[in-house]
Amino acid sequence: MKLLFEKRKSTSVPALILVPIVSFLVSLVLTALLLEIFGANPFRTFAAMAVGAFGSSHGFAETLVKAIPLMMTGLGVAVAFKLKFWNIGAEGQLTMGGVAAAGAALFMERFLPGRSLLFGALLGGLLAGALWAGVPALLKTSLKVDETLVTLMMNYIAILYSEFLYYGPWRDPKGYGFPGSRMFSADAWLPRIMGRAHAGIWVAVALAIILWIVLKRTRWGFELQIIGASQKAARYQGIAVERNIVLAIMLSGALCGLAGAFEVTGISHRLQQGLSIGYGYTAIIVAWMSQLNPLAVPFVAIALAALAVGGDQVQMVMGLPAAMGVVMQGLILFPMLAGSLFTEYRLSVVKPETKSVCPDPVEE
Amino acid sequence: MDFLTSVLTITIRAGTSLTIATIGEILTERSGILNLGVEGIMLMGALSAFATVFYTHSIVLGFLVAIVIGGLLALLHAFLTTTMRANQVVSGLSITLFGTGFSSFLGQRLGPATNNFRLVGLRAERIVPFDPEWIGQVPLLSAFSNQDIITYSVYILLPLSWFFLYKTRPGLWLRSVGEDPQTADAMGIDVIKTRYFYTIIGGMLIALGGAHLSLSYTPGWSENITGGRGWIVIALVIFSMWNPARAVWGALLFGGINAVQFRLQASGTSIPANFLNMLPYVGTIVVLVVMTWWEALSKKVGAPAALGTSYMREDK
Amino acid sequence: MNDTTVPKIEMRNISKAFPGVLANDCVDLKLRKGEVLALLGENGAGKSTLMNVLCGLYRPDRGEIYIDGKHAEIHSPRDAQKYGIGMVHQHFKLVDSMNVLENIILGLRDEPFVPDLKRVRDRLVDLANQYHLDVDPNASIWQLSVGEQQRVEILKLLYRNAEILILDEPTAVLTPQESHELNRVVHVMKREGKSAIFITHKMEEVMEFSDHVMVLRKGKVVAEANTAETTPRELARMMVGRDVLFQIEKKPANPGKVVLELSHIEALGDRGLPALKDISFQLRAGEIFGIAGVAGNGQKELAEVVTGLRRSTRGKLQIEGKDMTNRLPLEIIHRGVAHIPQDRTSVGAVGDLSVASNLAMKQYRSRPLAAGVFLLPKKVLDLARALIEKFRISTPSPATQVKFLSGGNIQKTILAREIGAARTVMVAVYPSRGLDVGATETVHRQLVSQRDAGLGVLFFSEDLDELLQISDRVAVLFEGRIMGIFDTNTVNIDHIGMLMAGMGEEEGA
Repeated sequence: MKLLFEKRKSTSVPALILVPIVSFLVSLVLTALLLEIFGANPFRTFAAMAVGAFGSSHGFAETLVKAIPLMMTGLGVAVAFKLKFWNIGAEGQLTMGGVAAAGAALFMERFLPGRSLLFGALLGGLLAGALWAGVPALLKTSLKVDETLVTLMMNYIAILYSEFLYYGPWRDPKGYGFPGSRMFSADAWLPRIMGRAHAGIWVAVALAIILWIVLKRTRWGFELQIIGASQKAARYQGIAVERNIVLAIMLSGALCGLAGAFEVTGISHRLQQGLSIGYGYTAIIVAWMSQLNPLAVPFVAIALAALAVGGDQVQMVMGLPAAMGVVMQGLILFPMLAGSLFTEYRLSVVKPETKSVCPDPVEE
Repeated sequence: MDFLTSVLTITIRAGTSLTIATIGEILTERSGILNLGVEGIMLMGALSAFATVFYTHSIVLGFLVAIVIGGLLALLHAFLTTTMRANQVVSGLSITLFGTGFSSFLGQRLGPATNNFRLVGLRAERIVPFDPEWIGQVPLLSAFSNQDIITYSVYILLPLSWFFLYKTRPGLWLRSVGEDPQTADAMGIDVIKTRYFYTIIGGMLIALGGAHLSLSYTPGWSENITGGRGWIVIALVIFSMWNPARAVWGALLFGGINAVQFRLQASGTSIPANFLNMLPYVGTIVVLVVMTWWEALSKKVGAPAALGTSYMREDK
Repeated sequence: MNDTTVPKIEMRNISKAFPGVLANDCVDLKLRKGEVLALLGENGAGKSTLMNVLCGLYRPDRGEIYIDGKHAEIHSPRDAQKYGIGMVHQHFKLVDSMNVLENIILGLRDEPFVPDLKRVRDRLVDLANQYHLDVDPNASIWQLSVGEQQRVEILKLLYRNAEILILDEPTAVLTPQESHELNRVVHVMKREGKSAIFITHKMEEVMEFSDHVMVLRKGKVVAEANTAETTPRELARMMVGRDVLFQIEKKPANPGKVVLELSHIEALGDRGLPALKDISFQLRAGEIFGIAGVAGNGQKELAEVVTGLRRSTRGKLQIEGKDMTNRLPLEIIHRGVAHIPQDRTSVGAVGDLSVASNLAMKQYRSRPLAAGVFLLPKKVLDLARALIEKFRISTPSPATQVKFLSGGNIQKTILAREIGAARTVMVAVYPSRGLDVGATETVHRQLVSQRDAGLGVLFFSEDLDELLQISDRVAVLFEGRIMGIFDTNTVNIDHIGMLMAGMGEEEGA
């Protein structure tokens, strides 16, 4: 009797669904262990997290607040990853989106009267994100420069640049003790629907559905699928690979930029520190856990947002470091990665050998 | 001359952790494994070294703990990518995410009660530069000798690792595993063991680089002590064309940028601090573009051919 | 075979199963010292599996191996090496970026921590002289020709004191002249007391190289013979289990207008060196134009120029009289040019996508599959079902990912898709490579029927017999030049062989 890993003969749908769920459970167990080590009761902790995230309308609103940017950036990252373009620059694209939106809100009042100021800001954010992602995309397609590092480096540059702006030329002299730009005029405020959660949620969910339709039901989406699976095959079919990659990555950046625009117009109403608390990196977890399926992104985003909000609560209630939530997020991916083996291979038990059925050799 | 010497000294100091980590990552990538967890491992290395020294007052123990932690994290990456055949990019990123979060978590929890359980703002033993009297008089040269023990060991590690990779039998085997694992396997080399081994060694060296930051360069602990160095290491690997001897140039370059930034800020230049801080990151992009472009021209000087791929013998 | 000497190799009752297939079923094998055995069989007959067991890459589920009469435990290539067994694979196990010396000593545990390369070189040169295997020790593998690389592989085995050499389809990548040279090497080895096993599916190889032959079919031994006492026809019958038609039923060609014309085309290869030099020929509707030549002489580049995947630096390309020089692949596709590429698994078909998706890849841009920007999944499925039935593609469902299909079915999928879209020219590059007799027959039949339907077929093949059977005219490609164009009814195969090796140039019909 022995166990054998053998390659599957067809994709296993049960595996695809079970693996993320089991991984989530395993990470819960690991976190529980960690909590025990630090002297906190896991059940009380998890309960406090759940209550914190969903138990009140305030909590739920806060969960949505974190979920919206995660959804948007998650979608953006998923699009890029589908093309095997490792966009780690969601953070920077989000930041630049926020910067552009803030810039429009602060300085375009003359050109964009009334409500159009808000749309101008959102559009600016979208474009800025697209351009910020366009740079590494172009570098990859025309010069074959690896995108992993370029997108990453541009995160740091974007953050430093936005800091420069709100500590420097855009600084609000009144300050309110918290460094940042002036507040935007009310025309540029994204309407809120519950607590601090804003209308961007509708846009995010709609975009998830639209993105799915684009990927699965349009010609362009089909081409992107082919490019993601095999660039050589795509080229051979006459698909303009480079152009499509750049377009798709710019779309990815636009989604992240829009997330940033939502943050400044919906949450802070100014450009300030803490625009992004690592959304761009958590987005990678969101995308991977959703298995790059746009329809799954909103759900995963809400789950991870709940972890973060719950983590905040836990800090106050149980005195654990705020980084608790972040650690949990990190722990989730490991079981998922380990579990991905099971989508391609399956464990099978090889039954004991039956008696030899080879005929006896003929005597010569 | 004095300015130059001091810049050079800081450059070499700053470049030390980069160089060690780069050599470690080169060894890992030479086996075909891409480890994007460098940033996370460096942070965990820095934290664990500092925390250990703070409580045990033993520098040696500090380094040892860092090395073990680095090895364990790298072991996780090797396990996920080699045995569980997970995507190498995402696995490495996960380690970075985890390492970043966990190090800040520990940094807020492992401290003494007197400091609110936090490790930030504390002081502990550190390794100190030392140099023989007579060298200290020679300008420029004193930059090399006014360094700590880890930096000295880097001077030896560089040629040693170069010799190992290109002139020894195990080095030849390592290179073959990264270039063509099928062939290496057919020639009787254990590809899996090789990948595990050098990934773990790489992780140990990376953590050591992190420890140098908290025990010598900075010193101390803060949540952003690496400032993205881990990512720069990955660029440096490309910059040195996977040749350990070249690792030093990149490290010196970036260490140099660091030092120049330092100096310029101290001397009160008109360039806003933020733009100066962008230099290492912009520099990395420039380096990448130039390297890629040059590689395309010279054709045969590139990454190990099997970098980033997984391997299984009976795959048909 | 009355002989009481202990056989050099004996394999008894070897069985090895993979998921879904019994690759070796109670196989017995015997070989004496100084002899050459040919293992004959179609693709999937189990020859490679058996040899992989012998050289330690696979563990048999059952059975034993005896070397020089003693039981041998072979669990890894290292063990096999200890017993003096070595294998030259079809895909060479050489690290391209390293040089010959490094490849020779790779994996040798006897080498000291710091190897003495001079000593290695000296020993290598001695072996090379002894066995007529000429090669430059300092050259990097990627710089060597395929024939030279094979020599390095053989030297590798000899350096390790191999007594038993296994060669997997050795002449597949050689010119006829290089094959003769290999034969010479084999004779020297026999004289020196080495034994050899050839894996092959080519009758000529069996007749030329071996003393004995063993035929495998579907994992079992179906026949054994002394080579001198059998004929190719008999062997083929045993290999396939039925009389193989060596001649395809083919109507005489009725060529029409010129559908493809190349005039003085020149192009560079991937390394920037000239790959095509002054290529000119015409392809007419209703004919199959074969391109003969050893792989690596410009075939890939020629196919890519014709289909728009590669720039030509000079010359003109015309399709149906229209100038299409250096146009985009999409434009050439719209002109009705279909392409069955050399690389089946990563270019011709996309493994991670479904069969239906793969079948839709040529026609998805227009009706009925598309409506505006949208792709209609129901129509895609309809098309897929129709093609699966028409071409008898064996797949659990249209949604199955292509990577789960067998090689033959993947090729059928590609064929189905391309034929559906072909209107003027069909470019087929090594379409039957790696396929078994049944799938190969299908490919041949389809090509001929396309030709009968009025298409011009550009057919690349390394198998001269196949080429001459199927094509109406054939051109020889050598180092990027056309060495001659001939009518297949009247051509002399030896002449072609010489041209393939670059000897003599002649203007043909």
